[in-house]
Amino acid sequence: MPHVKSQSHHLMRSPVLAWVGIALIAVALIALPFALAQIGTAWVRIANLAILFALLALGLNIVVGFAGLLDLGYIAFFAVGAYCYALLASPHFGLHLPFWLILPIGALVACLFGVLLGAPTLKLRGDYLAIVTLGFGEIVRVFLNNLARPINITNGPQGISRIDPVSIGGIKFNTTGKVFDLAISGPMKYYYLLLIVLIIAIVINIRLQNSRIGRAWEAIREDEIAARAMGINTTQIKLLAFAMGASFGGIAGGIFAAIQQFISPESFVLVESIMVLSMVVLGGMGNIWGVVAGAVLLSFVPEILRYTVLPVQNALFGRAIVEPEVIRMLLFGLALVAVMLYRPAGLFPSAVRRRELAKADARLPA
Amino acid sequence: METFLQQLFNGLTLGAVYAVVALGYTMVYGIIQLINFAHGEVVMIGAMVAFTIITLLANSGLPPVAIVLIGTSCAIPVCMIVGYALERIAYRPLRNAPRLAPLITAIGMSIVLQHVAMMVWSRNNLAFPQIIKTETYDIAGASVTNIQIVIVILCLVLMGGLLWLVHRTRLGISMRATAQNPRVAGLMGVNINREIAITFAIGAALGAVAGVMVGSYYGIAHYQMGALLGLKAFCAAVLGGIGNVPGAMVGGLLLGVIEALGAGYIGDLTDLCAVPWLFAGLAARCAAGEHISLFGSNYQDVFAFLVLIAVLVLRPSGLLGERVGDRA
Repeated sequence: MPHVKSQSHHLMRSPVLAWVGIALIAVALIALPFALAQIGTAWVRIANLAILFALLALGLNIVVGFAGLLDLGYIAFFAVGAYCYALLASPHFGLHLPFWLILPIGALVACLFGVLLGAPTLKLRGDYLAIVTLGFGEIVRVFLNNLARPINITNGPQGISRIDPVSIGGIKFNTTGKVFDLAISGPMKYYYLLLIVLIIAIVINIRLQNSRIGRAWEAIREDEIAARAMGINTTQIKLLAFAMGASFGGIAGGIFAAIQQFISPESFVLVESIMVLSMVVLGGMGNIWGVVAGAVLLSFVPEILRYTVLPVQNALFGRAIVEPEVIRMLLFGLALVAVMLYRPAGLFPSAVRRRELAKADARLPA
Repeated sequence: METFLQQLFNGLTLGAVYAVVALGYTMVYGIIQLINFAHGEVVMIGAMVAFTIITLLANSGLPPVAIVLIGTSCAIPVCMIVGYALERIAYRPLRNAPRLAPLITAIGMSIVLQHVAMMVWSRNNLAFPQIIKTETYDIAGASVTNIQIVIVILCLVLMGGLLWLVHRTRLGISMRATAQNPRVAGLMGVNINREIAITFAIGAALGAVAGVMVGSYYGIAHYQMGALLGLKAFCAAVLGGIGNVPGAMVGGLLLGVIEALGAGYIGDLTDLCAVPWLFAGLAARCAAGEHISLFGSNYQDVFAFLVLIAVLVLRPSGLLGERVGDRA
């Protein structure tokens, strides 16, 4: 892809321009919640969910995009992280550990679950692996639903409520605070927290992608046998992808529990896994910025539709014929199909992926 | 013993349904090595269409069996069209793409089908009208209904018919040729696209029948009923050896029995009161006749996936399958 290369070179050659661009984006991101709050606090919450989904999508991208392993039960790791936080910081067990302590614990436990799932199954071929991960997601949900007896661990379908909100250095994140006469509401504080976590996650992802491990993942994705011949311990490296992806899910889950202050197994159903997958696929598997864009797009568009389609329907027919929730799901489904058919490398394809898929087209039928 | 027999009969009925759904997976997999992930949704559409027709005709005065037959014969063509459309829209353009691509479109299509069904038939549980009188027979202390017997027999008949179709007809020969080597089959004058489309249509027709079976067994249809059913049937197909027609049958029946027996006995097996010396604190409650089980029958859905993982790890080719090369 010569033109891509020359473009990036061009950017690198004018660092001033690049820095100005970054500064502009930073200002826009900092100002965004204030602008959204003008429309309604609900939109700040939607932005928070979008960032949370971006975190999840980044985690899944490690598994699906980098290593090429389709994981359909990814939400299970999100659930594990969320329940870790909920159990360690709520009146349920009477434990109230601090946020920064639980988050790594959640990541670690989710990572363990990733290894637990990966160890026996990673030898499987891609499509089988996908179904097994799907089964794993269901198993986790069944356990969350039923681990209320004989010892009440998860409180069953009722879920866990009154979870501690985030509180760092005396700043409570669920209340409105003031900075120089500027009222900053709870959701806005969470927005900044999430933004920082997202930036860290993106940096980690970029560093990972260009590391020795990242290259090994890519090699496995392209041709596992060749990768093994080159001396890559494929099982170990694939397991690492699962563990890494899972820990991202765990961290996102912990933050989710803290923001919502209530979780139940209903938040961790198969559809959520598929939603995250849609984001990764739409954005372009393996492309970090594409995946983030996909997550933001698929979080915001349905909400915008919700606020536009309902009034239109009410005006036309006097009642809502198609519920916004249905539109949202149809959108996800159609996005998956349309992207795979017409832009298999995603809306924002990574260069390698594009090359690979172009090559695959030329392959003869097996 | 009665519990055992009862669970065995229930398991066989459930297994017969799994087997018929699994046939749909296994046929498609056999011919193009693709997991038709949206097959569960086809089953759901079949149940829904049959529900609509049966409800419409319930008070028409026709004999009940005729009503069910009309319902089924309306569901079959609808499902065949859905199956064919799936193949044309979501799978055919991706036949030479990497393996995961059709799997992702399949997931997309199954979401679309689910929500279209929800728009048409609402998100509620739809109760099938009880037009056929349930008769209960007593076999060695366990009760079996006429519906259960019909389901199992129908499953065997469908299975036999399919075997005949695959092994004894011209269509079957060209299907098997396509499965073995599509390019060579094409050169020999087999219209590959047509064979594949027909395979999808037959699988979908079986799905429609399975949908009516589930609907009349449980008496309920729901727009999400296909997802879990499809997954379990897939597990059954893998257990029997995916791509293998008798395998789907064996896998389905076996999985049904495993599930039913598992759900029936897991409570007793994990009864903490069986090992009172381990948990001294529980002794008093156990003495009072209480049973404290770690797991109960609500873990039923877990068994299918455990079986799937076990089979894939220990014997990936399934019980009756041949060793398949890694075509990833």
